[in-house]
Amino acid sequence: MGLTLRSVGKNAADTIDIEAGACRTAALAGNPNVGKSTVFNGLTGLHQHTGNWSGKTVLTAAGSFQVDGRTYALVDIPGTYSLRAGSAEEEAARDYIAFGGADLVVVVCDAGALERNLNLALQILEVTPNVILAVNLMDEAKKRGIRVDTGRLAALLGVPVIPMAARRKKGLEELKRAVADFDPPPYAYTARYEESVENAVNLLEMPLENLLDGRLNARFAALRLLEGDPGMLARMDAYLGFSLARNPAVASALARAGELLRRAGIRSGTVGDRLIAGIYKSAGDICRQCVSGPAGYGERQLKVDRFLTRRLTGIPVMLALLALIFFITIKGANGPSDLLYGLFERVGRALERGLAALGAPERLTEALIFGVWRVLGYVVSVMLPPMAIFFPLFTLLEDLGYLPRVAFDLDAGFRRAGACGKQCLTMAMGFGCNAAGVVGCRIIDSERERIIATVTNALVPCNGRFPILIALISMFLISSGGTGASILAALALTGFIVAGVVATLLASRLLSRTVLKGRPSSPTLELPPFRAPKVGEVIVRSLLDRTLFVLGRAAAVAAPAGLLIWLAANLRVGDSTVLGLVTGALDPVGRFLGLDGVILTAFLLGLPANETVVPIMIMAYAASGTFQGYEDLDALRGLLLDNGWTAVTAVCTALFTVLHWPCTTTLLTIKKETGSVKWTVLAALLPTAMGAAVCALIAHIFG
Amino acid sequence: MDTSLFLLPEGETGIVEEVFLPWETRRRLLDLGLTPGARVSCLFSAPSGDPRAYMVRGSVIALRREDAGCVALCRG
Repeated sequence: MGLTLRSVGKNAADTIDIEAGACRTAALAGNPNVGKSTVFNGLTGLHQHTGNWSGKTVLTAAGSFQVDGRTYALVDIPGTYSLRAGSAEEEAARDYIAFGGADLVVVVCDAGALERNLNLALQILEVTPNVILAVNLMDEAKKRGIRVDTGRLAALLGVPVIPMAARRKKGLEELKRAVADFDPPPYAYTARYEESVENAVNLLEMPLENLLDGRLNARFAALRLLEGDPGMLARMDAYLGFSLARNPAVASALARAGELLRRAGIRSGTVGDRLIAGIYKSAGDICRQCVSGPAGYGERQLKVDRFLTRRLTGIPVMLALLALIFFITIKGANGPSDLLYGLFERVGRALERGLAALGAPERLTEALIFGVWRVLGYVVSVMLPPMAIFFPLFTLLEDLGYLPRVAFDLDAGFRRAGACGKQCLTMAMGFGCNAAGVVGCRIIDSERERIIATVTNALVPCNGRFPILIALISMFLISSGGTGASILAALALTGFIVAGVVATLLASRLLSRTVLKGRPSSPTLELPPFRAPKVGEVIVRSLLDRTLFVLGRAAAVAAPAGLLIWLAANLRVGDSTVLGLVTGALDPVGRFLGLDGVILTAFLLGLPANETVVPIMIMAYAASGTFQGYEDLDALRGLLLDNGWTAVTAVCTALFTVLHWPCTTTLLTIKKETGSVKWTVLAALLPTAMGAAVCALIAHIFG
Repeated sequence: MDTSLFLLPEGETGIVEEVFLPWETRRRLLDLGLTPGARVSCLFSAPSGDPRAYMVRGSVIALRREDAGCVALCRG
């Protein structure tokens, strides 16, 4: 759930503002899941969302820090395994490192998987010698018995190496100091390849040196020319402003180099293979000199992983965990919700008296108290407690490293649906916020699969819709209190979530068989080791970063929506109110779907933020057109019953909550990400059609 | 070639011989460390038996059958 101010707030821009007046800009690079975001947050004091799974930094972020009164800018770039880019995200990372003009690159490495991390670090050293290696997760590696001799590593590489445990705030000051004191190293390690490749590079280096004039490293450019990736060559030409391969001197050297490679038995199109193998050979040599300890997987970790992925236990454990989280959320939120609701009512009455005492017009008082205040009160009291419990619990699981295991378990389903396994991760982000989930789809390489993931993201309920489900379940389906009821409520909620996941798979399958035909490409999913979450930090972070932000957004929409509804419910046209006319007109359609005109109106008006759906519904039902102010939430059940609700109505409303058009923020994000009106319209129509079909079916079988 | 990565039983280790896949996919597997000569072991499988989790160069990656089946191994 990558939901933070950064991901959907005003800072969610593609362009980055680098601190003006900074005396030096450092890029922060690294493999996915090496704690790069933690290092970034630790250095800059910003709150980029972190989690224990790959591919989270979907937006490039910039921040700064100070050493001795001087400012240093830091640019966080998406995690990547290599500078050979596949996805748009990896391209962004590669382009910033190769052409972004940072003064130096801090490469964050995982001490527990140094060899693979060196693949990226050694590639970056081919671009520039201005590199600092931050070997993070030293503490975790040590726990596994792995020791990294960072002094030896620094001596071999010729660049500063900082041992770190960023989650424990270790090494942060040293890294800041290293950035501040950085001098271009007199010697930096360069990976050496087999002899024929080196000879080919030599042939190209001379003409390139003259041509590039220091704007690009000649060895780096020579290797890319030999490798011959068209995308990368085009990008290099665009950066330089002229075509390298069309330069006569380069072209003739390239032809001779190609001939030389052919004679050495290296076919064109396989130079890349030799280069990767060569880098890994160098990485292996370095690691043999600096790393000691077991290379295997821990026995205990293996047991846990096998338990979480076995045929008999994998999926059931996943569902049980989900139900457990919902149980704790529903059980824990019940009391505080009632308390808050009562508080808002009392304060509302006091405000009403206050306004009357001040001589405010009666209509104005009604509009403010019955319209704005009560809807606001409902949204806060119903949303805040579940979010304050659910978010920290979910963040704990995320920190632990459980999400990639879920993606691993569900991969077969996504494969059969013709979709990318990583879609499971973007779906998980959608549980937090569909707009964030849509942005997250950038981690998917293939365009076809990215569109499938984007269009189907809103089929899982976001946190704006969870409270609707919780309210419907606890108000109507399972009304009595007590632990048994809470268990049933948690199971019912789990059922609705599973319905959303099944709908996602069905819709993906439908799309990949029709408008988005193609073979599923396979994802490379890394399964990071489990990490003990830092409970205190998780709670603070998820409360501040997620709960308050989401609540603020909901309240900002709820207040004006409350006013609008109050006006619609009180403005009269002939015999009935405006609201009455609208709900009356929609009633036949609503009834057909097992809902009614009021429910459908509430969903339509809830377009800017789904959080307002239930209060709008209640206001519309209340005879006087205002939210009557019930003493507790259970009393609302009576209102619904009086308006002809049955269990079928509640089930249909809950299903329609999961399956209907996405909110405006999500739709705008889809338009921005896909750049296509067609896919945006499809993203609205597809879930609506599915919801309508399911609801109509249920209404006609059971109604 | 003795076997493919997909046929490597859980708990066993092999040595990568060659990756028989188109460059785009091959590149990704090579960059994750599945270069010729690398030691790789199969750790566990998803509930349906596919994908499987492999340990290579100190980290664990999940591969689908269609990819793992194209990685030629010799037993280590």
